[in-house]
Amino acid sequence: MNDNILLKMENVTKTFPGVVALDEVDFTVKKGEIHALLGENGAGKSTLMKCLIGMYSVTDGKIWFDGDYIENYTMRDSIEMQISMIHQELNPVLHKTVMENIWLGREPKNKFGLIDHKKMYDMTLDLFKRINIDIDPKAMLLNLTVAKIQMIEIVKAISYNAKLIIMDEPTSSLTDKEVEQLFIITKELKSQGISIIYISHKLEEIFELCDSVTIFRDGQYVDTRPISEIDTETMISMMVGRKVNNLFPKDDFETEIGKVRLNVKEISDGVNFKNISFDLKEGEILGFAGLIGAGRTEVMESLFGVNPITEGEIIIDNQKTAIRHTDDAIDNGIAFLTEDRRKTGIFPMLSVGYNLVSASIDSYKSKFGLLNTKAIKEDAEAYIDTFGIKTPSQETNIENLSGGNQQKVLIAKWLLTKPDILILDEPTRGIDVGAKTEIYRTMAKMAYTGKSIIMVSSELPEVLGMSDRIVVMHEGRITGILENKGLDQQIIMEYATGERDDFSDKENEVLEEELV
Amino acid sequence: MQTEQTEAQQILKEKERKANYTIMAKKYLIVIILILMIIGLSILNPSFLRFNNILNILTQISIYGILSLGVFIVIVSKGIDLSVGSILAFAGIVAAAVSQTSAAIDQVFPNVGMAPIGITILVALLMGGILGAINGSLIAYFKIPAFIATLGMFTAARGAALMVSGGRPVSNVNPSISFFGSRLFGIIPVPVVIYATVIIIIGIMMKFTSFGKSVYAIGGNIDAAKVSGIKVKRNITIIYMICGVLAGLAAIIHMGRTGGSIQPGAGMGHELTAIAGATIGGTSHSGGVGTVWGAVVGALILGVLVNGFTLLGINAYVQQIVQGVIIVAAVLLDMRKAAD
Repeated sequence: MNDNILLKMENVTKTFPGVVALDEVDFTVKKGEIHALLGENGAGKSTLMKCLIGMYSVTDGKIWFDGDYIENYTMRDSIEMQISMIHQELNPVLHKTVMENIWLGREPKNKFGLIDHKKMYDMTLDLFKRINIDIDPKAMLLNLTVAKIQMIEIVKAISYNAKLIIMDEPTSSLTDKEVEQLFIITKELKSQGISIIYISHKLEEIFELCDSVTIFRDGQYVDTRPISEIDTETMISMMVGRKVNNLFPKDDFETEIGKVRLNVKEISDGVNFKNISFDLKEGEILGFAGLIGAGRTEVMESLFGVNPITEGEIIIDNQKTAIRHTDDAIDNGIAFLTEDRRKTGIFPMLSVGYNLVSASIDSYKSKFGLLNTKAIKEDAEAYIDTFGIKTPSQETNIENLSGGNQQKVLIAKWLLTKPDILILDEPTRGIDVGAKTEIYRTMAKMAYTGKSIIMVSSELPEVLGMSDRIVVMHEGRITGILENKGLDQQIIMEYATGERDDFSDKENEVLEEELV
Repeated sequence: MQTEQTEAQQILKEKERKANYTIMAKKYLIVIILILMIIGLSILNPSFLRFNNILNILTQISIYGILSLGVFIVIVSKGIDLSVGSILAFAGIVAAAVSQTSAAIDQVFPNVGMAPIGITILVALLMGGILGAINGSLIAYFKIPAFIATLGMFTAARGAALMVSGGRPVSNVNPSISFFGSRLFGIIPVPVVIYATVIIIIGIMMKFTSFGKSVYAIGGNIDAAKVSGIKVKRNITIIYMICGVLAGLAAIIHMGRTGGSIQPGAGMGHELTAIAGATIGGTSHSGGVGTVWGAVVGALILGVLVNGFTLLGINAYVQQIVQGVIIVAAVLLDMRKAAD
């Protein structure tokens, strides 16, 4: 084997009951390179990585690491072989300190066999110095941001002297600044000879950071290329197997915007947001932009009856409407695709069929209150077809589907409630390009048929690409409601950070000017 | 080129088919175990398969089988109910106390006379329902963990049964109650008929009503259930209430079988047998997973085991050890299923 090669996986196949997740794929990583692994959700990236770290055993195929042929190993073994993975969803021990998390289960001991906290502290600082980060080793994890917790995971990987670090969508919940810092650290690791496998859907990141890229599609290997010999368009067409012409298909529809459907007047929940007022018209897509923690999700939760409002009123079709519980919202024609698919979206162990009808199940009641299971089956089948949901059958548990397909199920679920107002909270988070365009197209189509859509999103290109108007929030308040004409990311960011504010108290402003 | 592709597809299909077989085999594993047990016992002791013995087994399991179905619903909703045995005792004692024969009641309240049997049934079901609803409300509205809330009820309801009865068995119950321990047409035991009816009703409820589906949804992901417009708190209360009503029903059968008397200690330990039955039947304690037929097969396995071992003359202590092993083994199999 070539000296330059750190990892070689050959003809790897992995099957699950009813699904072939990986079909004879190859994957090779060189020493000291940042290698992107790219593919749509369900392409098999995560499965391959889980095989690599010993979480799954491969059904067939061979793996060499650092010159040795390896097989039948556990996750523990893989850590000892110096392979580390930074998972997409981090599972730290929140009630312990930074250093305790890093050295969990292998704490340095003093001569009495007790934990030597002083030594642990010094060892932690040494590691931090290696990649120039500044965190207090004695801080509780509870009080740290996601970005910092992620860095601690990276430090943990280094503490095992990892030769290979796998990063699974590390930037999905980071701010731009934090992403920058992550990139600096990642490049630092590379300069120390560590290889990185970088999984991400964000193509611009891959171009900025990676040396080469391997593309998977539907559990099969497509190609591996140096980053300099590939462009965005080729990457996308390799991922989806066809050309994607127009990412935001909104302009394909000539949608007419009608009268006001929803009017929100000065609502507050007493904690997360106050004095929120906006309206939403028929056929309109209203974007909600803002930084993480600006209170956008909380506003939507209150509109939908998940949490109560303490002040203000909600007017739907000129009728003052009390929404005390989520079924009031559904009865009033509101649908709510939540931000966190796993936590508040899917019923993981239940079938795709049930997940589809879970919000509209009462409409299938016949006389005697029994469900018309035949109609449920037919509708589920029809929506699986229309939305192109890839699933072995509607009896399959939804947890076995890829993220993009789960999201399609959830969107279909809400359309089955026949809503007039759709609230979509981060509708394309963690979803690949192919599924994204399909979701955009569905949104545009819905607006065209007269439905009103609120789209909360932290991805500015999608907000700018899809919205008719954009509401920007900053720290629980609306700072701007903007017509989407001649806007750019810069302007929205100014509103999102509170630099610009169209609704600030005028008197205060005057006062401030006088003081200056 | 084309043949190559079809060949690849065939291999793929073959792989999928094999995977599907394993799913099927695992799904019906407990049925296979039950059948193997029955075959084994019939070979060892041919009298096992006699018609009367089969009816005997079914009669024996009807009480905790019914309790097991209630607990099954609770476990699917990701809860637990430790109180069904105590609720059985309390509901039975109260129902027995209001259903005394004229001769007995005249000594305290002359000229009141005996209450109709309908009152007995109603009171038993009502008491069960009320205690169950208390369990459910504590869990749904006051956010008390199900284990704690029903542990409290386990202790308190038993205490209440002892208090109402003064610690003594209550007898002299309306003789019509013996109907619930008798045999229809002299052949089919009434407890078995009731058990079968409950199986059918619960079966329909879990599969063909939106309430039943919501039980799976609540157990599967309570936050998503709330967002989907399910009245989570109300439904949790109803779930525990149903469990309580079934405990009341079990109390009626209990009194029927004892010929009209009930002790304040009745149903002791039944809560654990009920949980065991549902668990052996593949009801997952992580919520959202379980079938009615599974819970029934689970109860049958326990019944067949006790009956078969008794026929074979194996001592009761050994039976208990085997029961324990089976419960753990069933969950172990279940977890391996989940891990794959």
